[in-house]
Amino acid sequence: MSFLLTLVALIVALGVTWRYLGSYMASVFEGRVHFLHRIERPIYRLLATSPEQEQTWKRYASALIIFSAVSLLFTYTILRLQGSLPLNPQHFGSVGSALSFNTSASYVTNTNWQNYGGETTMSYFSQMGALTVQQFVTPAVGIAVAIVVVRGFSRRNSQTVGNFWVDITRCLLYILLPAAFLFGIIFVAQGAVQTLAGTVSFHDALNNVTQTMARGPIAFMEAIKQLGTNGGGFNNANSATTLENPTGLTNFLSIYLLLAIPVALTYTFGKMVGSIRHGVALLSVMALLFGVWVGFTSFAEHQNNPAVAAAGIHSTVGNTEGKEVRFGDTSSALFAVASTSTSTGSADASYDSFTPLGGLGLLTGMMIGEVSPGGTGSGLYTLLIYAILAVFIGGLMIGRTPEYLGKKIQAREVKLAGLGALVMPITVLIVTALAVSLAAGRAGPLNAGPHGFSEILYGLTSQGNNNGSAFAGLTGNTPFYNIIGAIDMLLGRFAIMIPVLALGGALAEKNVVPESLGTFRTDNGMFVGLTIGVNLIIGGLTFFPAISLGPIVEQLSHARFF
Amino acid sequence: MSSTFVQSAPNPAPHGVAQSRGLFDREILREALKASIRKMDPRIQVRNPVMFVVLIGSIITLVEAFAHPGTFTWSITVWLFLTVLFANFAEAMAEGRGKAQADTLRKMRSETEARRVTSDGVEELVPAALLSKGDLVICEANDVIPSDGEIIEGIASVDESAITGESAPVIRESGGDRSAVTGGTKVLSDRIVVRITAERGQTFIDRMISLVEGANRQKTPNEIALTILLAVLTIVFIPVVVTLQPFALFSGAHVSVVVLVALLVCLIPTTIGALLSAIGIAGMDRLVQRNVLAMSGRAVEAAGDVQTLLLDKTGTITLGNRMAAGFFPVAGCSEESVADIAQLASLADETPEGRSVVVLAKESFGIRERQLEPSHVFVPFTATTRMSGLDMGQRQIRKGAAESVKRWVSEQGGVIPPDLDAIVERVSRAGSTPLAVADGAQILGIIELKDVVKQGIKGKFEEMRRMGIRTVMITGDNPLTAAAIAQEAGVDDFLAEATPEAKMALIKQEQEGGKLVAMTGDGTNDAPALAQADVGVAMNTGTTAAKEAGNMVDLDSNPTKLIDIVEIGKQLLITRGSLTTFSIANDIAKYFAIIPALFVSTYPQLGALNIMRLHSPQSAVLSAVIFNALVIVALIPLALRGVRFRAADSAAILRRNVLIYGVGGVIIPFAFIKLIDLVLVSLHAY
Repeated sequence: MSFLLTLVALIVALGVTWRYLGSYMASVFEGRVHFLHRIERPIYRLLATSPEQEQTWKRYASALIIFSAVSLLFTYTILRLQGSLPLNPQHFGSVGSALSFNTSASYVTNTNWQNYGGETTMSYFSQMGALTVQQFVTPAVGIAVAIVVVRGFSRRNSQTVGNFWVDITRCLLYILLPAAFLFGIIFVAQGAVQTLAGTVSFHDALNNVTQTMARGPIAFMEAIKQLGTNGGGFNNANSATTLENPTGLTNFLSIYLLLAIPVALTYTFGKMVGSIRHGVALLSVMALLFGVWVGFTSFAEHQNNPAVAAAGIHSTVGNTEGKEVRFGDTSSALFAVASTSTSTGSADASYDSFTPLGGLGLLTGMMIGEVSPGGTGSGLYTLLIYAILAVFIGGLMIGRTPEYLGKKIQAREVKLAGLGALVMPITVLIVTALAVSLAAGRAGPLNAGPHGFSEILYGLTSQGNNNGSAFAGLTGNTPFYNIIGAIDMLLGRFAIMIPVLALGGALAEKNVVPESLGTFRTDNGMFVGLTIGVNLIIGGLTFFPAISLGPIVEQLSHARFF
Repeated sequence: MSSTFVQSAPNPAPHGVAQSRGLFDREILREALKASIRKMDPRIQVRNPVMFVVLIGSIITLVEAFAHPGTFTWSITVWLFLTVLFANFAEAMAEGRGKAQADTLRKMRSETEARRVTSDGVEELVPAALLSKGDLVICEANDVIPSDGEIIEGIASVDESAITGESAPVIRESGGDRSAVTGGTKVLSDRIVVRITAERGQTFIDRMISLVEGANRQKTPNEIALTILLAVLTIVFIPVVVTLQPFALFSGAHVSVVVLVALLVCLIPTTIGALLSAIGIAGMDRLVQRNVLAMSGRAVEAAGDVQTLLLDKTGTITLGNRMAAGFFPVAGCSEESVADIAQLASLADETPEGRSVVVLAKESFGIRERQLEPSHVFVPFTATTRMSGLDMGQRQIRKGAAESVKRWVSEQGGVIPPDLDAIVERVSRAGSTPLAVADGAQILGIIELKDVVKQGIKGKFEEMRRMGIRTVMITGDNPLTAAAIAQEAGVDDFLAEATPEAKMALIKQEQEGGKLVAMTGDGTNDAPALAQADVGVAMNTGTTAAKEAGNMVDLDSNPTKLIDIVEIGKQLLITRGSLTTFSIANDIAKYFAIIPALFVSTYPQLGALNIMRLHSPQSAVLSAVIFNALVIVALIPLALRGVRFRAADSAAILRRNVLIYGVGGVIIPFAFIKLIDLVLVSLHAY
């Protein structure tokens, strides 16, 4: 019952957010929000730019790459120099080079894959100055890229797509910072820790041992961790700990926050292109996929783990291994699906302990490209890639040069959308093949056989999709996994962003074909169905052999499928 | 020689170049089989990325088959080669039909001698092939016109059946819009001097040959986009299959290279890859079947995108001739008396309008057609009098333009009936032409001549509207008349008192709004508009300038065909889209055949995925490969004929095609792979 109530509350909260945050974000990116202009203006002066200086997609992409490269170097440098930097009450030394590379790539790509335990590796300075900074700026970058594609549709005969510096400044000032501040306060009020006072030790009289508890500036990091679909927590155990996720309310807010922006962006899309119906169509794609995944995964988690059941132990409360008793089976499944279907990757349970089918749900949520609803910005632009491919095939089937919102989808658009769709599966499959072939890679998984394969596949799929959730069981902090993971994450982020920006540029250049009865409708159920079909077929066909050797075999080893 | 051609043609009029052959003409079939072997050349295959991958794959399995011989390996190898062969065959079939047409055309490319007039007026005989642009040649009765040109002197009747299939000769004369002649046609009477307007190898027939042969066929924009999508779907499956080997090794299994190649071939979109170029060639061919020559595939594709059709009223929307529709007496006369005199006036008038008056009088009042007597003298219509009639001794009967008849009556001292102008006004307002009828100095009334809207055209426009295409009628009529006809015919809009400039302005205005425009034209003054339109269909009877400006030529000179052209353009895209969907949807069944087969020895549990219950891993893989190859052959007729197109709104078309090719594409292979497996088992192959 409480699970259903949670669902209803979530739907209501997201519905309101979709309408108002979506509309507000459109105003922000169309330059109609100015209440912080006293801060905004000096920033532009500092960057020697202004909202009037529009960029072509190539200039926009160069700015994005330069910004991200500097961010990478900045984060890497802080981690390497950690020992000599302030705010280090636990006196942690420098972070190793391979781990620093992996971690900085992880945060710059909005992945937040953690090959380290936060509370035992990172100083407060690193947590705040390096990692949390990236948790703010990378969602802004993702949203900016999505906005470029939206402008591709809303503009006509335009050479420019906006100004990167202006877009991320506005996104930070008017959206991310205020929202994170507000929700940070709520997390503090609920009891999440926010202090710079270092660890605390106390005597556990019951067991007669002295325990040390890690503390730190957690609460505010928590807000942006979820809101920016980052997922990297202060503590190793992430949202399963009471320090990060103290109450049922914060657990609910975590789920809500990580879905809020990706969902609301579909309204922003509809508003900016002048047809809310088109935004609703994209929202429906996201909602349908999300609904099916939540249903599938919570159903799987509500069953007994087949391996446990095979041992003759039967539970009446679902698969509880690795789950917080505070949250239970289905609610943990909801959190997990929300986290893996966005690019968040935070966790309030151990995903490694999910049933094979539950794990399959999480894995495939990422494998279809994280579009339901996906990461901040990345969800929308990845979905638009699939929508364009669906429009192309569907448009041909009605005998017209396909068009989406009046923009003709021709060779260039198909090429760029195709490229955007190709990068992730190819990268993930190749790095996984390398990992299972090389001794260094084979040493990673804790388990042998299909579950070991699942652990590797999950880890590299998570990084390639910039998700960051971990299946655990995989020893990631080795030079091999640090480096291959970093490459996986960087390709999964930027090798998609660049064709997507080019797509935005190509679309903006085009004129608009007026709509007629002969136009392929892109705001109805058929379009929603086709987009879902294309998305599932591409995701399904590329990963079917791999998942059949992992979770499917595992499930079949113990039980029938259904 | 053209004369030989006309006689030897199996089915002369009304087909012209479009000698329609059956879909599987034996001759074409034989040629296509030979060509499909020739096309195995890797240099040709590399142009089609999907089939090139299959060819490479089949070479790999061939090497494997030699290294580790076995029935299975050899079977897979043979079927992979057959897959490539079937793709070649599809393309060769499509080309073959064009080639047959080209051969017919080649026969007409005359190797006659031309009578060239040199600058000093001397006539000399030169081979037609040596003529160059600007040369003057003389053609007389029974001469074959040596090359394309323009008549600068004389008038002649010309037999153009070699090109149009229309056996009735046409008149060609210097000056005006009927001065163009085509090389290969034959002068039947009189003498003309022709200035050659085409260089060698650039004549109309040369262009036709290269068009129907598809010699320099270029991929159209949508075809390029689709090729890219297919390349994407091919590229993505290469790592899927290649990484399967390390995945398998990690899982303690080993997958044979042959099976991996088989899996790859089954997953990449071979069905559409094999049929793509055949679909394009066949689309052009379908136009040729309807006697339309498209100068580029791009134009055919653009036809499918057209949102505005500009249609000439006369000949397209209305029958060329106006017909008598009613008699309106002035006060004091009866309707019957008007009919009676009108019939008399028209007895000798052999024009369709004249005949229609006679017929209407007979039908309305039973007035029998009277015999002309020798004393009756027919007064023909002239541009100055604008009347025609009959002189019966002293009695003079006339019909003609109201103004002219009024003047004629006044000159004889007659009185103009006061209500005449009102009747004239009323008839004009209804979109008809009023003809006054006079018996001597007395005006009896008015004949209403009506533009007759073609039967069924209203329905066509209704279909167009449902397809989202706006129809605009172009006419020289005044706005009043135009509005009435436009309403009757059911067009969306009209352009009255149209001048070439107004037409051009209309096209530009539509295009600025992002619309694609199609139009037909034949006169030299249509040329700029034809060039500006996205799809410009020139009538073959039109001038050289018009034919060069347009991107299609209609050999039948039937402007209504524009509608057919739009449908063919759409059908082309629909066929591509539907077969792409089918091809991708097929992959699901193939996975369920191959994946369990690959790993069932390592993980027997995966046998649960073998939902088709295929006999053995080997029979499963082979069945999938055989299905993949045979489906190409099975779909060749569909590719050549095109997916059936029905005018409907986009949502209905999409629903239908998604259902048939998408949902059907998921289900059908399950049934057929199972069937092939059963056959293999019953043959004791496995």
